[in-house]
Amino acid sequence: MKINKKLFPYVLTLPALLVCVGILIPFFTAVYYSLQRYNLKMPHMKGFIWFDNYVRIFTDASFWNTIQVSLTYTLFTVVFELLLGLGIALLLAKRTWYNNILGVLLILPLMIAPAVASLMWKLMINPNFGVFNYFFSLVGIENFKWASDPSTVIFTLVLVDMWVFTPFIMILLLAGLRALPRQPFEAAELDGVPGYYKFFRITLPMLFPYILTACLFRMLESIQQFDIIYALSQGGPGESSMVFQVSAYLTTFQYTNIGKAAAMMVVLWAIAYFLCHVFVKQWHKLRAKTKGIA
Amino acid sequence: MSSSSTLNKILKVLAYFFIIMFFLFPILWIFLMSFMTNDEILRKVPTIIFSPTFDNYIALLKGKISTPAGVMDVFYMKNIFNSFILSSCSVILTLILGIPAAYAFARYKFKGGEDIAFTILSFKFAPALLIIIPLNLYFTKMGLYDSYFALVWVYQLITLPLLLWIVRGYFEDVSEDIEHAYRLDGHSWFKSFWKISIPLARPGIAASSLICFIFAWNNFVFALILGSSDIQPVTVGALSFITASAIPYGLIAAGIVLSVIPTLTLALIIQKYLVEGLSLGAVKG
Repeated sequence: MKINKKLFPYVLTLPALLVCVGILIPFFTAVYYSLQRYNLKMPHMKGFIWFDNYVRIFTDASFWNTIQVSLTYTLFTVVFELLLGLGIALLLAKRTWYNNILGVLLILPLMIAPAVASLMWKLMINPNFGVFNYFFSLVGIENFKWASDPSTVIFTLVLVDMWVFTPFIMILLLAGLRALPRQPFEAAELDGVPGYYKFFRITLPMLFPYILTACLFRMLESIQQFDIIYALSQGGPGESSMVFQVSAYLTTFQYTNIGKAAAMMVVLWAIAYFLCHVFVKQWHKLRAKTKGIA
Repeated sequence: MSSSSTLNKILKVLAYFFIIMFFLFPILWIFLMSFMTNDEILRKVPTIIFSPTFDNYIALLKGKISTPAGVMDVFYMKNIFNSFILSSCSVILTLILGIPAAYAFARYKFKGGEDIAFTILSFKFAPALLIIIPLNLYFTKMGLYDSYFALVWVYQLITLPLLLWIVRGYFEDVSEDIEHAYRLDGHSWFKSFWKISIPLARPGIAASSLICFIFAWNNFVFALILGSSDIQPVTVGALSFITASAIPYGLIAAGIVLSVIPTLTLALIIQKYLVEGLSLGAVKG
């Protein structure tokens, strides 16, 4: 049997395409829901209301709070993970036996499910026996409230997020650092260029594509973080850690307001789509670059 | 000069110390905790000196916990079993769907090809709940709620883009000339695909399957919403422990240890490929 040459690649991608369609249908359904008055408890009220759900969430102070909390969370996690990840990558850049071992061991937190990682931290910050409470008491901080106080909950969540995801940035940058060409460094060495100058003028610019890709990747995941926050604080206390997806989850399953939850998710999708667009461009560049070297 | 280099050394040692404390101590501590009794855990000053007990693990394996209020059933082993089923089936399905597509994207320039590839990639970055909320209603209507099939299908959202993009890179590395030469000998396309392309890309395919397995294993939100406790994986099962207050803390720790052993082991096995996998093929390790 001979299949038309032009059609052949499509035949190969067909199975994957079917899954695509299967995912796109619920996606469009969600967009459709977001234009409806749709509460599971009041099925007879269901009806098309155009953009009322959107108008309602954008005039609702608690949705603005959600946006603010999500952006704060994203900003803190990405910035701190980048700084720490870059620092560790620089520290481990030289290939010594202990650096190699540590480089492998540091991947481990990243391989633990974020939900389970939160559970681990819950056991370590428990007010009765948490080992981190003990550490804090050693440096004079008593009764630190962690996730149960609105003023420290974001700190706690960011800390757990950092624990899980800093290794992601670290291994990407470490691979980047080790792939950098040696020549500029050797030349700088010969010229006796000081270390900080070498770092800001050679290392950082050459590492920049890696940094940008890693950051965009993390941003995309961070703004949608659900597991860690759901497991640790469920958006509380009050609404102090209410991020997009946790809010949509509660709107769906506690208040059964499908229309409103769908509208929130479409807003988040729009943000994610924009970020994704920027990310894919950058990621593609880096991919082409490393492929070119290989 | 020499004093500043000593200072440098001290700072470096301190940096190593804090990195190890922050990233690795929690894993060690939970591991130790899983061998402690509740009384040992509840001590005011935490200590690493204690008489290790396997009771927590035995209780989990047997599925029966004796609490002050009586014997309680836990189905944690069932959760682990579910994780294995869900993750393996997801990877198998992903391989079937993804390998031919990855090959097509690597070898042929065809109209709409890049668009399709990027659409699939974008699934990885779409908000999970956007898709799960309608799916939840669909599945309930279709009687698919709480079935392995439904979950495995949704898991493709994470595993398919991952495999597709990583394996695409590996196929791109396979020389087209070898395939051509083989086919000039009169072999069919399928035969050259099966006998030449796949074996040459096999290490990459194997590693990316395992990465997909890890990601499927670590997923939480899909099963939380689309399944009841009958089919829920360890991630959801472990979390339900903490809400049941009678469960001893050492047992929760043991549950955590059991749930992370498979992924950590796999990660160590394929660590050479992890950088490439985690960056979807953009960065070489």
